[in-house]
Amino acid sequence: MKKVVIIGNGISGVTAARHIRKRSDNEITIISSETKYFYSRTALMYIYMGHVRAEDTKPYEDWFWEKNRIDLVQGRVLGVNYKNKELQLKSGNSINYDDLIIAVGSKPNKFGWPGQDLNGVQGLYSMQDLETLEENTSKIDTAVIVGGGLIGVELAEMLHSRGKKVIFLVRESKFWGNVLPEQEGELISRHITANHIDLRFNTELAEIIDDGNEWVKAIKTSSGEIIECQMVGLTAGVSPNIDFLKESDLEINRGVKVNDFLETNIEGVYAIGDCAEFITPVDGRRNLEQVWYTGRIMGETVAATICGEKTPYTPGPWFNSAKFFEIEYQTYGWVHAELRENETDFYWEHENGERCIHVVWDKSSGVFLGLNTFGIRMRHELFNQWLRDKVQVTEVMKNLRMANFNPEFYAHYEKEIVEKFNASTEFNIQLAKATWWQKLLKA
Amino acid sequence: MKKVRFIGLAIFLIGLLIFTILPFTGSYSLSENEFQEVLKPEEFALFGQEVTENFSNKKYGFSWQLTSDVFTIYHEKNDALRAVEAWDQVVYSTESDLGLRLARAAQKGPVSSDKGLFLFLTFGLGIIGSLMWIIPGLKIDGPPGIKNTGIYHNSATNRGWIGIVTAVWLVGFYVVLYFKPWIIAENIAVVDPLKGLFKEGAEASQWFLYGILYVVAMSVMGIRMYIKYRHNKYQIVRTTSVLFFQIIFAFLLVEILPLFGLPGRDLKNAMPLDYTFLYKYNVQELLDAGMFGTFLLIWGFVLALIVVPTLVYFYGKRWYCSWVCGCGGLAETLGDPYRQLSNKKLWAWKMERWMVHGVLVFAFILTIWVGWHSYTAITGPEGGDGQSSILGLSAYNIRDWYGFLIGSIFAGVIGTGFYPYFGNRTWCRFGCPLAAYMGIVQRFKSRFRITTNGGQCISCGNCSTYCEQGIDVRAYAQKGENIVRASCVGCGVCSAVCPRGVLKLENGPEAKRFGNEDGPIVLGNDGFKLLK
Repeated sequence: MKKVVIIGNGISGVTAARHIRKRSDNEITIISSETKYFYSRTALMYIYMGHVRAEDTKPYEDWFWEKNRIDLVQGRVLGVNYKNKELQLKSGNSINYDDLIIAVGSKPNKFGWPGQDLNGVQGLYSMQDLETLEENTSKIDTAVIVGGGLIGVELAEMLHSRGKKVIFLVRESKFWGNVLPEQEGELISRHITANHIDLRFNTELAEIIDDGNEWVKAIKTSSGEIIECQMVGLTAGVSPNIDFLKESDLEINRGVKVNDFLETNIEGVYAIGDCAEFITPVDGRRNLEQVWYTGRIMGETVAATICGEKTPYTPGPWFNSAKFFEIEYQTYGWVHAELRENETDFYWEHENGERCIHVVWDKSSGVFLGLNTFGIRMRHELFNQWLRDKVQVTEVMKNLRMANFNPEFYAHYEKEIVEKFNASTEFNIQLAKATWWQKLLKA
Repeated sequence: MKKVRFIGLAIFLIGLLIFTILPFTGSYSLSENEFQEVLKPEEFALFGQEVTENFSNKKYGFSWQLTSDVFTIYHEKNDALRAVEAWDQVVYSTESDLGLRLARAAQKGPVSSDKGLFLFLTFGLGIIGSLMWIIPGLKIDGPPGIKNTGIYHNSATNRGWIGIVTAVWLVGFYVVLYFKPWIIAENIAVVDPLKGLFKEGAEASQWFLYGILYVVAMSVMGIRMYIKYRHNKYQIVRTTSVLFFQIIFAFLLVEILPLFGLPGRDLKNAMPLDYTFLYKYNVQELLDAGMFGTFLLIWGFVLALIVVPTLVYFYGKRWYCSWVCGCGGLAETLGDPYRQLSNKKLWAWKMERWMVHGVLVFAFILTIWVGWHSYTAITGPEGGDGQSSILGLSAYNIRDWYGFLIGSIFAGVIGTGFYPYFGNRTWCRFGCPLAAYMGIVQRFKSRFRITTNGGQCISCGNCSTYCEQGIDVRAYAQKGENIVRASCVGCGVCSAVCPRGVLKLENGPEAKRFGNEDGPIVLGNDGFKLLK
């Protein structure tokens, strides 16, 4: 039995703790400076919008931790003494460990803009950020959001729900341009605009202007335009929250450097989640993966290793999801912003302009590579199987009806999609009848 | 648009206010002749003389003063008879029945002068005002999609003061309706014109008023559901279904059948939710009603013993609870704004299992006792009462207790009165014996499940929050387990509110119903093995 200490109680750290407990009798301590109990970071927006209360975002009831012998410590770690295997807390206490898992997540990016530390300027990552947001937005009417990614659009939706005027600055010429292909980017841009967000592309933040009392009163764009606002949301991505680990023996770059086993250069010290930076990225992925799902998978993986079953990080086929105002997005496999060499694609959009699918496959072999779907839910299990089996794109298109995961009675578009697919490619396939999808999995 | 809303709110509140103050208006008095007319012969024989001598033409400000005077004498006389064991002269009229008859005959209130006007001033204004609030939502609340913004900021839906006032009003209404209907004699008179549509000159009862309120509340709030969920076809179809069954089966047919000399029964009301089905008077009435009555009697058994479990096997208990049932229908329309208030804690689930199955056992005992009572009465000598007692327990006593505790207090006062505090499915979750029965079938032998979509759950908690049955949906979704729970009524809202497309209500083969054969696993990690 050893003592495992985890810094950070987000999805990565907590998943690691739960699986260490499942696999062993090790002593487990989780330290967090944010909240005592684990909550779902992805639900911050729903608290602000009044869909749920903060307590509803806790995936486990408060008795869960004691019952599973997971000690929770609320405090900030100032530094680590790797030699003595000891953590120093801000409270003056220290905590010893045998194994240490660093799962400290991210912080919002700030790119050195003048005025970026003024009151009324903030990111949206933590429960504290949400509290700040409540204060910052209690009396305002206009906000500027900087950075066209997922958190930006969430923040826009939040502020819109409270009747604030939102001006959304995006540096690129399209929305979420480093991830979404052009068609999807346009679809989402239209939807954001339709929700009364003032979306401005090719616009960069140059400066945030002080009202003389350390509060924001306007921003200036790189083209010199002044936009008056009482709040600025900085959502231009996040980066690992590892300042307290700098200048130690731990090898860090942008994140804590780890190998395939999530091990750092120091024995008995691991890093997972947003703050882990892979020395060699796993097949086609980025070396920093700041996604809920990958955090969870890293937590499961490191738990196995710590409990004696050394396991490399082997995520299955890539998947992700998001929701942009009312439009749900899911992705399975790889649909890159730009087609890669030897890739070809098929795009279908519904006439209402709020639903689409984008399919990518290998030009020469016909192997299915990935799918983006907006406004139509799809079955993860089926796509996971297809991607692993490297099936032909025709196989996927034929069975699209079975992959549909929309609620009952929803309109189906598979017929229309396949007709267009046949018309715009060399293939000529027939849509398979909708039988129970599991039969397919068994076959 | 916002102006329309607030004018609508004002109009609704005026209608509600008029409806609420009606019991305090007008006066009540009965002449000697009127007393004679309104009292049954046996009642008049018992206390008619004394009552007419003392209270004829006495003007009362409130109905309960009149009834209280009469009840006092009625009980005195009855007690005197009981003291001398003169059982054959004791009168068994209930206070509800006698009191309402007296109040309706005695009322000299504003309503009687122009019932149509008051129908407009109460129901009319209520409906117009509500719709003026609801319909602008099409525009004000933005494009189609999930409309839960501000629910926890609103004191009507977060157990704030509006919620508490609403609960107090509802509880008060149910207590009066069930136990002291003479108080709302004026309110009942308001719907006389509607009763008159079915049978000329007929007077409404408290149950007719309740039926009208029920249908109106469900319809108006049904329109709200159509607007709120206009992007979600499952909710649209389901709402249409509950409205259809409530309006046609629970209301219209029950009113129309008697016009043709047939017993007015709600054909979809299944045992043991329909706990009076085997009561002696009911069985007797059905047997006396010829072919149709006999059909109803057989249908009652076929429905409860064959149709209910068969459909639960194929579609889950949702086919009844959130597609057909009246209680469910009210919960899914009037109760929709309160669905988030159900308790999701583990202890609440434990309590639920004890309570709902406890009521099922109670209902089972009731059925045995009243069933045996009815059977012996029908097969026994003509005009006999049969064997009302088994093991020293009287079927009449069990009826009284069940009717009071379960039928009135639990289903009505707590079940609906506390919508704004405990959520909209308290009765369905903790008290309904039919739900318990179907739950057992759904849990162990059914094709229904809510499928979890691989590894897409982000644990946000919307599904659990908006589960009216208090199921911690997230606990399943985040570990990749399908949701197979006895209490799930299949309302489909967890699936609707999920921002990542994780949940889908499905009927499919029983194999793999719970998910992966090896146990629940969240997709995405090829290096992860389930622990044995």
